[in-house]
Amino acid sequence: MQSPFYNRRLFLAAAGVTGAATLLQGPLGALSPALAQGLAPTPSMRGGSNNYMPRAPLVERLGSGFWVTGRVRRAGDGAPLQGVRIQIWAATTLGGEREPRNHGSVLTGADGSFRLEMEQIVPNFGQPHAHLAYDDGTYQTVFLRPVMPSAQDRSVSADFVLAPA
Amino acid sequence: MASPVPRLPALLIRGGLLAAMAAPVLIAATSPYLAYRSLAYVIGGFAGILCLSLLLIQPLLAAGYLPGLVCARSRRWHRRIGTAILACVAVHVGGLYLTSPPDTLDALLLVSPTPFSVYGVLAMWGIAATALLVALRRRLGLRYSTWFLVHNLLALVVVIATVIHALQIEGAMEIRSKWAICLAVLAATAVVLLDLRVIRPLLRRRGTAAGPGPD
Repeated sequence: MQSPFYNRRLFLAAAGVTGAATLLQGPLGALSPALAQGLAPTPSMRGGSNNYMPRAPLVERLGSGFWVTGRVRRAGDGAPLQGVRIQIWAATTLGGEREPRNHGSVLTGADGSFRLEMEQIVPNFGQPHAHLAYDDGTYQTVFLRPVMPSAQDRSVSADFVLAPA
Repeated sequence: MASPVPRLPALLIRGGLLAAMAAPVLIAATSPYLAYRSLAYVIGGFAGILCLSLLLIQPLLAAGYLPGLVCARSRRWHRRIGTAILACVAVHVGGLYLTSPPDTLDALLLVSPTPFSVYGVLAMWGIAATALLVALRRRLGLRYSTWFLVHNLLALVVVIATVIHALQIEGAMEIRSKWAICLAVLAATAVVLLDLRVIRPLLRRRGTAAGPGPD
């Protein structure tokens, strides 16, 4: 598997069951007092990088009927970030999370928003959820794993607040 | 069959029990999600469902409740079902690992984002410990009463952890049949433990005959 996956695991194992989010926000805030004042960066979620395949191709769509949406902003001042690549993957009616047809990238618009149409997301490993990643180097890498409140939902959304790398 | 020929009520009870165990498995087999899953995922998932169903008959065999099954045969089946449960757990974890190694490793290392994983892992270790306790019973040198108490406690942990694990999962199991089998498993375990650990010892102390005891 790819290295981010194991780095994250080691980090999480060290951080223990509770404090991943707080631990991540703590040191980042301490490193940059300016960031601590404004919008805090989004911490990676547990399991967010599972079945990640780096450099998912830019796609118009991966299917139809289900939307993954969100916004990308800069930590601190909250300015929308344009032209940022977000990678998205999930288990859908096409197959599991490792199915290549379920992996794609989109770029954010002028207002920092992104959206990708894909096939219906289905519960995988006990929860209906999507995976989203920012992993292009300009900002710190973030892996998100939003869980849908209902498996019948036709959309899921996740927002990024990115801190400079 | 060496045991006495089961009469109609005995057959009905056995049939009803088998139906109760088969229903959640058969209903899950109609889940639309199966079409979107790999073979390893489907097999691994069903091994888990089967395991849950086996937990219904397992305490009943231990207590010798099934009519037409004499004590020795009942305990032999208890051992066989125990082996089947162990095999189901191995297939469950193995199938999930083949489906998604990172998700399965997260669960096993207790860093999974899903709240039910920790209960699944707890049940898995409980079953592994039970198997070891059975295999090493003579070598451990435990008194039978001590061994029996530990065995009962492990069984209780395994049942409760498995039920919490199953109920929190959103997957192929249909929701009502899942609740039904979970409640049945909890009830069977509670009744048997109450009988074996409270009622039968009390009756024995009073010198009353109380059917086949645990020893």
